[in-house]
Amino acid sequence: MANSSALLSVQNLSVEFTTEDGIVHAVSNLSYEVSAGKTLAIVGESGSGKSVSSLAIMGLLGKSKAKVTGDVLFEERNLVGTDPEQMRLLRGREIAMIFQDPLSALHPFYRIGAQLVEAVQVHNQVQENQALERARTMLERVGIPSVDRVLKAYPHELSGGMRQRVMIAMALINDPKVLIADEPTTALDVTVQAQILQLLKDLQAEFNTAIVLITHDLGVVADMADEVVVMYGGSAVEHASARELFYQPQMPYTWGLLDSIPKVQSLDDRLEPIPGTPPSLINVPTGCVFAPRCKYASTVGERCLTEFPELLDVSDGHQARCHLSAQQRKILRPGKSGDVS
Amino acid sequence: MTEPIMRVTNVTKHFPISEGIFRQRQSGAVRAVDGISFEVMPGETLGLVGESGCGKSTAGRTILRLVEPTSGTVEFAGNDITKLAKRDLVPLRRDLQMIFQDPFSSLNPRHTIGDIIAAPFKVQKVKPTGGIQQAVQDLLERVGLNPEHYNRYPGDFSGGQRQRIGIARAIALQPKFIVCDEPVSALDVSIQAQVLNLLEDIQNDYGIAYLFVAHDLSVVHHISDRVAVMYLGKIMEIASRDDLFATSMHPYTHALMSAVPIADPDLERNRERIILKGELPSPSNPPSGCVFNTRCPKKTDLCVSSVPELRQISPGHEVACHYPEVISSATVHPAATGMDFIG
Repeated sequence: MANSSALLSVQNLSVEFTTEDGIVHAVSNLSYEVSAGKTLAIVGESGSGKSVSSLAIMGLLGKSKAKVTGDVLFEERNLVGTDPEQMRLLRGREIAMIFQDPLSALHPFYRIGAQLVEAVQVHNQVQENQALERARTMLERVGIPSVDRVLKAYPHELSGGMRQRVMIAMALINDPKVLIADEPTTALDVTVQAQILQLLKDLQAEFNTAIVLITHDLGVVADMADEVVVMYGGSAVEHASARELFYQPQMPYTWGLLDSIPKVQSLDDRLEPIPGTPPSLINVPTGCVFAPRCKYASTVGERCLTEFPELLDVSDGHQARCHLSAQQRKILRPGKSGDVS
Repeated sequence: MTEPIMRVTNVTKHFPISEGIFRQRQSGAVRAVDGISFEVMPGETLGLVGESGCGKSTAGRTILRLVEPTSGTVEFAGNDITKLAKRDLVPLRRDLQMIFQDPFSSLNPRHTIGDIIAAPFKVQKVKPTGGIQQAVQDLLERVGLNPEHYNRYPGDFSGGQRQRIGIARAIALQPKFIVCDEPVSALDVSIQAQVLNLLEDIQNDYGIAYLFVAHDLSVVHHISDRVAVMYLGKIMEIASRDDLFATSMHPYTHALMSAVPIADPDLERNRERIILKGELPSPSNPPSGCVFNTRCPKKTDLCVSSVPELRQISPGHEVACHYPEVISSATVHPAATGMDFIG
C-alpha cells in the first residue's frame, strides 16, 4: 500500500524489551500509513502492542530498555534512530500525542496556563503574553467554558472531561500534522466521550490533522476511523478500511472480537467469546499467534501451528494474516452481502 | 403472584462533609443516593446503569449494608434488613453476595484461591457433603478454571480468571441475590464475553437474582431483564429492558443511549447524536427541582421549581420527568426499529 500522500509511514516496526524472564516481543513488523485529514485506528486488547508501537514512534521508549527496529518515515525523515534532541524538536510541534489518563499526563504542580504557555514557548520564539493568548484561543476552541478560571487552575481541580480537553488543547497548540491519540476517551463517561470524539472530528476537519487512534472500543472505531489495523500478540493481523473491516472481516480474531461485543441492536443472542487468554509475548508460539485460541485452526491443520502466516492482500487495500483460503473464509463467514463499495 | 426477593424503598445514603480542625461540625452532605426505590424478582436481573458519580455503586453497597443507609428500608424476602444488628446480618450473607469490579484488589494476594473460595463455607460453618476441598474444586470447575489449581495464588491468574474466582466465591453457598458491581468493566472484550456468559449460565442453573451495576449500556442491555437509569443519586427511569431501549422517555436516557457508539460504521455515522452540554453537577450541591435540569434540552421553569416524582407511564415503565416523551428513537438508537442490523 505505497501511498505518496502519506504523512506518516511506519514500516516493519518492531519493539523488543529485555526482561529477567526473557525477551518480550511487544511489536513485530508493524506497517501502516496515514495521510493528512485521515484517521487510522489501531484496535487490540491489552498487551497487543498497540500503545507500545506509538510510544516507539514518538521516541518515548528509553533506549536502554527497548530495542526499536524498522522505519518510521515522517516527511522523508526516518524517526527511528533520530537523536533525542532532534526528536524533542519534532514532538509536540509536528507529531503530538494525547494519553488515556490526563491526570498523570499533566504536571500536578503547575497551573494549566503555565503548562500551555510552556508548550508554545518550547517550539516558538514568542513572548509570554502571545503564548498566553494562543493558550486562551486553544482552550476556547476545545470548548472550555470559563477559560480564565481554567488557565489559573491546577489539573486536579478539573473534571476528567475538562482535563482531556486541556490535553487536546495542549497537543494541538502548535498545529501538529499528526496526532496520536492513545485511548483518549477510555477513562471518560459515554456522554463526555461523545463530546470529546465530536471535538476531535471537528478539529481534524479544521486543521487537516492525520490521527492515529489507539483504542480497544470497536464502537469508537466505527465512529471515527477511515482505516483500521487490528493487532494481536504484537502483530497486525488485519488491515482494512473501516467498512470492510466491519462488513467483510477476513481473520478469525477479528470475527471473534466482533462477536464478543454485546450489540444493543440484536436481541438475546448469546455472545460468542474467544476461548482462552492472550499469548505471552515472551514465548511467542511458532505458528500463528492466534492459533491456540482459533476455532478454525483445525480446518487448516498443522500449518497454523508451525508456520507464521504472512499479512497478505485479500482485496485492494485489505490485508489479513491467516492460513484459511479465500474460499474457506467465504464459507465460514459470508459477511454482509453485496453492499461493500 | 410471586413476591420480590428484594424490595428497596426510599433508600438514601448521605455522606457527611465536616469542617473545622478542632471541633468538627457537619457543613453539608454528599447525596450519593437520594431516595431510590425498586424491586427485584427471584431469578431476575435488574440492570442499574449510570455514569461515574451517579451513585450506582453506593446504591449496590447500601442495599447489602456494606455501607449503612441513611434512611429507607431494604426488604430481603419480606424482612427489613436495615434495622438488623451487625451480627444478625451474618446468616443473611449466605443469601446476599457481591461480585466486585476490580479482580485485583478484591482477592487477598496472600491467600490461595482454595482458601479464598473456601472462606464462605468456614465463615458460615457450612459443611458440604464430600468436604470443603471437593466443594472448592467443583466450584472451580463450574466457573471454568482448572480444579487442580486451588493451591495457587491470585497473582498467578489473569484478570478474567480472577473475576471467575470472585464469582466462585460469591456462588459458593448458592445465594439468592448477588450485587454485581461493574463485574466486566476491567476486562478485555473477548474475556468480558466469557464472563457474561458464565454469569448467565449460573443464573439459569441456580435461579439467582442479580442487581447488575454497570456504566456500559450494551452490556446492561445484554444481561438485564429490567433496567434502572440513575443520575445524581436518583432513578430517572426504570422499565423492562425492551421497553427502555425501544421507548425510553427521559431526556437523560435519550442522551445516554445516543452517546454509546455502535460497532457498525453505517449505523454509527448516520444517526443523530444528542450531545449533552456541561458536566455532572456536584452531588453535595444538587440543582433544585429536577437534578437533570442544568443539562436538559427540554428544561422549563417547572423543572427548576419542582422535583418530578418517579411515576408510572405504562405498566412497569416509570419515569421521573415533567415532560416524558418517546422521541423518534430510530435516529437515537437502532433497537427501536426492532431490526437486527449486523448480518
